[in-house]
Amino acid sequence: MEEMIQAFFNADIARAAMPIVLAGLLNTLLMSLLVVPLGLMGGLALALGAHSRHPLVRWPLMAWVDFFRAFPPLVLLVLLFAGLPFAGLELGGFACVAIAFFLNTGAYYGEILRAGIESIPHGQVEAARSTGLSRLQTTTYIVLPQAVRNVLPDLLSNTLEVVKLTSLGSVVAVPELLYQARQAQSVTYNATPIVMAAVIYFLILWPLVRLLSRLENRALAGRG
Amino acid sequence: MIVSAKDIHKHFGALHVLKGVDLDVAERELVFVIGPSGSGKSTLLRCLNRLERPTSGSVRVDGIDMLAPSTDINHARQRIGMVFQSFNLYPHMTALGNVTLALRKVAGKSRAEADVLGQAALERVGLADRASHRPAELSGGQQQRVAIARAIALEPRVMLFDEPTSALDPELVGSVLAVMRSLRESGMTMIVVSHEMGFARAAADRVVFMDDGLIVEQGPPAAIFEHPTHERTRAFIGQIQRH
Repeated sequence: MEEMIQAFFNADIARAAMPIVLAGLLNTLLMSLLVVPLGLMGGLALALGAHSRHPLVRWPLMAWVDFFRAFPPLVLLVLLFAGLPFAGLELGGFACVAIAFFLNTGAYYGEILRAGIESIPHGQVEAARSTGLSRLQTTTYIVLPQAVRNVLPDLLSNTLEVVKLTSLGSVVAVPELLYQARQAQSVTYNATPIVMAAVIYFLILWPLVRLLSRLENRALAGRG
Repeated sequence: MIVSAKDIHKHFGALHVLKGVDLDVAERELVFVIGPSGSGKSTLLRCLNRLERPTSGSVRVDGIDMLAPSTDINHARQRIGMVFQSFNLYPHMTALGNVTLALRKVAGKSRAEADVLGQAALERVGLADRASHRPAELSGGQQQRVAIARAIALEPRVMLFDEPTSALDPELVGSVLAVMRSLRESGMTMIVVSHEMGFARAAADRVVFMDDGLIVEQGPPAAIFEHPTHERTRAFIGQIQRH
């Protein structure tokens, strides 16, 4: 028992590792603040494009979404980080994470938003257009607000996954939470920093999980 | 003529829905369009504000060539109000929000101006006290009246009604017809696709009977209802009146 506490819950090591781990947390938060909006924007562009009347716009975008949903994000990240230098393009770990997430989570957000847009009855669009609203205005004021509301639980759930996936950044030496914790672990020969990281992940994600269940319950109640 | 449609054809794939329809409507006229389902009456209505683009033919509304590529369709549609069978109110906005959206975004009014005009439009349909309600909190009849307010707030030159009472419980039909009657009395030009024969008799200047993508016959309500000349008209009116 004593050994367990020494190895996983060592207070002295926790104190020493704290600044390192907190620096990692900061990077994780910054990375999330970058990749979530980036993914949402990419997803919105994909969803609107996939809704286009022109097959030449629609089909390539649908293939794009399929491809990046099927491609493991870790493989994509490693490919960008380790592969691009062979093409003479050396991007930092952070930039690779941003690109990989834009491609991967954008595809997921895109599918969610597309489902939301398709859930809006066409009569809504016709009513709006009949009053003279343009296509863009109709999308902005009528379709998207309702679409986003309809898929809010799915958007939030995906966001949760995205924040978790930022730990992939550790593979390409982005000093995010997990990477920093592992650095501290290898210096101290003690697992306490990893436990700290786990607790921090839980603390930042748990409120989102609660919010998600409330939204899901509300959606169920609304359907009934 | 405020509305002038000439030789309108509309194909949906292999389906030939309109087979050369002419329709002229004078200012302040109320024209009723009746006919069996699938006769093309809704499609004709939707061709007038280009929700459907006719395969061929011409449509002029208030002097504007609705089908010309150079026509600013969004601007033109402000002059043509439309009311739908399923109301199509925006569920995420209040009644006033529904009415003022196009006033602000299309007619370019400020929020304050739009609110005044929108409130006045709700007043005209008898729902001034429901301005802050969401559509889900309104009855079907009230929703349809908000939809009428949304259209008339833009001061259109013509109003199109596509089966405005078909989705309503019978006891709610009267309130919507009352609003349409007062609109009629204010001199609004109206084209109404509906089977409300009582209303047609009382208020219509002309009844147009369509079948199989063509106008079969038209005339004053009394003539069409009492003395239809075509067998198909007679059969249809007989059917409707039996209900």
